[in-house]
Amino acid sequence: MATRTVIPFGPQHPVLPEPIHLDLVVEDEKVVEAIPSIGFIHRGLEKLVEKKDFTEFVFVAERICGICSFIHGQSYCQGIEAIMGLEVPPRAHYLRTIWGELSRIHSHLLWLGLMADAMGFESLFMHSWRVRERVLNIIEATTGGRVIFGSCKVGGVRRDIDEPAMQKLLAELTEVERETREIVHVFINDDTVKHRLCGVGVLPHDEAYKLGCVGPTLRASGWAQDTRKLGYAAFNELTFQPITRTAGDCYARCAVRCDEIFQSVDLIRQAAAKIPAGDIAVKVVGNPNGEYFVRVEQPRGEVIYYLKGNGTKNLQRFRVRTPTFANIPALVKTLQGCNLADVPILILTIDPCISCTER
Amino acid sequence: MKEEQPIATVTPNTLVGEVKSLSDQGWRLVQIGVTPHGELYEVNYTFDREQKFLNLRLQVPAAGASLPSISGLYWCAFLYENEIHDLFNVAFDGLVLDFKGTLYKTAQPFPFAAQARGGISTNVVHT
Repeated sequence: MATRTVIPFGPQHPVLPEPIHLDLVVEDEKVVEAIPSIGFIHRGLEKLVEKKDFTEFVFVAERICGICSFIHGQSYCQGIEAIMGLEVPPRAHYLRTIWGELSRIHSHLLWLGLMADAMGFESLFMHSWRVRERVLNIIEATTGGRVIFGSCKVGGVRRDIDEPAMQKLLAELTEVERETREIVHVFINDDTVKHRLCGVGVLPHDEAYKLGCVGPTLRASGWAQDTRKLGYAAFNELTFQPITRTAGDCYARCAVRCDEIFQSVDLIRQAAAKIPAGDIAVKVVGNPNGEYFVRVEQPRGEVIYYLKGNGTKNLQRFRVRTPTFANIPALVKTLQGCNLADVPILILTIDPCISCTER
Repeated sequence: MKEEQPIATVTPNTLVGEVKSLSDQGWRLVQIGVTPHGELYEVNYTFDREQKFLNLRLQVPAAGASLPSISGLYWCAFLYENEIHDLFNVAFDGLVLDFKGTLYKTAQPFPFAAQARGGISTNVVHT
């Protein structure tokens, strides 16, 4: 038997923008075991719910993550609205859908840039983030924020998008789509990229499900599971099918995210065409009393919010299961047997968000 | 849109059998979470199959809480169970990967546990 060596990977590593630690047990250049360690920046935000008014806590929920911030706020609001039986105006549902899909586009473009950077493809990294900047500009123009939108509230949304702004958004989105196609062409067809991603970190179909994977990580192994199909927000009135691949490798996970960018563009166009006129919020009266599990599709996959109110201004319990948390067991499994040089790429393909995980 | 969310009550003794039944039927483990309830912990095991939602719920005394691990049936449960141990001080018997309290590096041990809340049932209420 070859000598086994334990190589610490992280919590500070060039490929990791946030801290996660893995003890990699290697035999020569092969990883035989990976033991994860998290919790370096655990913030205890779940407990903060006991001290914040439930209508104000949406600001905390949005700050769980700087990438899918809006969707965190949306998930929280949907939970409170379900408990209190609030009927959110249809226009607010459509606006939430548009901002949620813009979040998905900029998140996937961010990930494409990080992936290009990890492969040493610096020009591709810069182009990905250049296009992402255009998406952030759209978000800033419609919400006033680039990272924290602050536009979602219990009962609806705080800001509207008027018709001229919507047309400007759609025109800009057309440019984003055109430029993204050029970038995605490289990710999908370039020999260097394929050489680094194809056949690496294969997550078999059945194993992806048993390991509790979610989002692009699950769909790249052939599962057409997308929480948006539950029909929350305006998704029950929009036409789309989950993007899937069957290979289950790093390339498949990359391809799913590439296609989801164009799917999100299409969903925004559908929403813009169908958005009804009307109010954007309803008045909230009383306090939440009851419990509800919210399921929403973030860029990295299904997020679960458990909210429990006891009739006071403060919730009794706020619990978040983030998609990265659900994908860590699969990461540990796929690292077993991979080459040491592939570890950074493999970790990136689950699109880890430690900020979410350390809520 | 409000999703149907059936909740089935189980006990620590029947938990593993119920989870085995769900595993055999192809349910995916979605999450495990704890909610403090006075001197009890309410533990929710959430499953999904073809977008259908199912929740198993049990209660255990917060002081010296101990549960059988389901990580033998759902390997991914090791992460949830280690998290619950580190935050709430719930012991799990039969964990396939036991971090022994080192998954989370918190300044205070078991920060969400009943003891850390200044006793039991200290839900802060602002009036």
